[in-house]
Amino acid sequence: MPPTPRPARHCQPGHAPPAPAAALAFAWRAALRIRHLPDQLFDVTVFPLMMLVMFTYLFGGALAGSTGEYLQSVLPGILVMTVTMTTQSTAVALNTDIAKGVFDRFRSLPIWRPAPVAGALLADLGRYAIAATMIMGLGVLLGFRPAAGPTGVLAGVGLVLLFAWSLSWVWTSLGLLARTPESVMFLGILVTFPMSFVSNVFVDPATLPGWLEAFVDVNPVTHLVTAVRGLMHGEPVTTETGWVLATCAALVAVFAPLTMRLYRRER
Amino acid sequence: MSPYAIHAEGLRKRYGDTVAVDGVDLAVPQGSVYGFLGPNGAGKTTTIRMLATLVRPTARTARIFGHDVVADADAVRARISLTGQYASVDDDLTGWENLVLMGRLLGHRHRAAAGRARELLAAFGLEAAARRRVKRYSGGMRRRLDIAASIVVTPDLLFLDEPTTGLDPRSRTRVWDIVRELARGGTTVLLTTQYLEEADRLADRLAVIDRGRVIAEGTTAELKRSVATGAVHVRLRDPARREDAARILTRVLAVPVHHEEDPAALSAGLDDPARAGAALSLLACAGIAVSDFSLGRPSLDEVFLALTGQHTAPGPRQEATA
Repeated sequence: MPPTPRPARHCQPGHAPPAPAAALAFAWRAALRIRHLPDQLFDVTVFPLMMLVMFTYLFGGALAGSTGEYLQSVLPGILVMTVTMTTQSTAVALNTDIAKGVFDRFRSLPIWRPAPVAGALLADLGRYAIAATMIMGLGVLLGFRPAAGPTGVLAGVGLVLLFAWSLSWVWTSLGLLARTPESVMFLGILVTFPMSFVSNVFVDPATLPGWLEAFVDVNPVTHLVTAVRGLMHGEPVTTETGWVLATCAALVAVFAPLTMRLYRRER
Repeated sequence: MSPYAIHAEGLRKRYGDTVAVDGVDLAVPQGSVYGFLGPNGAGKTTTIRMLATLVRPTARTARIFGHDVVADADAVRARISLTGQYASVDDDLTGWENLVLMGRLLGHRHRAAAGRARELLAAFGLEAAARRRVKRYSGGMRRRLDIAASIVVTPDLLFLDEPTTGLDPRSRTRVWDIVRELARGGTTVLLTTQYLEEADRLADRLAVIDRGRVIAEGTTAELKRSVATGAVHVRLRDPARREDAARILTRVLAVPVHHEEDPAALSAGLDDPARAGAALSLLACAGIAVSDFSLGRPSLDEVFLALTGQHTAPGPRQEATA
């Protein structure tokens, strides 16, 4: 005979936590998952470092004459690229929650409705920050010398984080629509891969055929890379930064409400 | 204040051309354990999901403690807790972490949530596994944790969707004890099951659901009475003689004879207990040795057979409706 499960004394039902507390609880959950499954951090640790080293030494000599010089322009690009390519992880996790039924429990709680998504995206900011720290750390060791100093670097990283966070809402919409976590992952790669490669991350767009250059010019990643390079090296990039901020605003304005709508939808 | 924890009239849910729930009426008194009994795909899970605000009814609505599940979903959510058919806890976290997360989501501070988590782990016999990831739990442990997660803040109404499906007999008994304990504490429990024994043991009242409709409702005793006054159970020494025995019983009792899962067993509903004696002596005359012969009330399985013309599912299987 098991002992009696007694009723809770501390809190009466109906007293839902304030919105930030609920979101923070979900962020805590995401952090715990990382602690139990540290391999989840590969995409923001090993992967960015590998990309940085690989591309700097692979293309440096050919494209910029020396790896040291190439690093100055490719590092902000690699930063944007690797962070962009890890933005689907929350959407994949969300889809897994739905498949496993944990989601039903959360949806039947009297909490601020966006909390599960908002909390997970909050934890994502931490993941992106880890990726940025890894890249900047290794970059400086390899000889990256940002002319605008720490302030410029912080501004650049901040912009990348904002963009990644805004882009995550696209994937959360997808994560709530897709049938399996694998399809979320695949569709995400299908979009982020060309978005990050067909940009100005590695090469000067002027060397591309006209139709491709046209795509590169409208690709938000291109604007972001230009803005981050400018911020870190102390060049004026107000227009580019403005474009990035406008893109972020547009992404959030469309996909955050869409995510919430899909979240409320029954399944 | 509504006297009913759950009150639904004509609740319907259609998915495309499939009618999952076809006009369910329910009136569940507060503080009772209410059983929702039916075979796979009968509409049990869909009904629970509508009542727990996860799915919108196609027609009509239901009231939980007087709150409309569609119009006043937040008020409903504040009073209920749901333990779904698939253990709805996070596999990658430990048992303790899962409970603390629930506590925090329900408005506890971390400290209070941690205290409550310890209390529940102890009460559910999971102390030793507190720091282990749920992935490494046995089926019974997961189910207990799942129920614990539903009562971090004791709900007024707890939905348990097939709480013992796939559990071994010992774990099952343990879950039953927990349900009884909760009911004693004043929580109304709505539990779905395809095990008749479970409904019989736990529920004060029950509804039998088949193809999206409630086909019978009442206390278990009422349901049994409504079908037949008694039943005779026979177990043969030699299973090979079962067909012969079935023929004899059908003739003498003049009712359909039910072949039990046990290959040596037969049962039949019975209005006149006097005929049982005649049946026993006729079996003896035919040289069919009987190892067990009993006269009693019909089992719920027989009730179900009489109500729907089909047997209930013999074992744990997953329900087709989502």
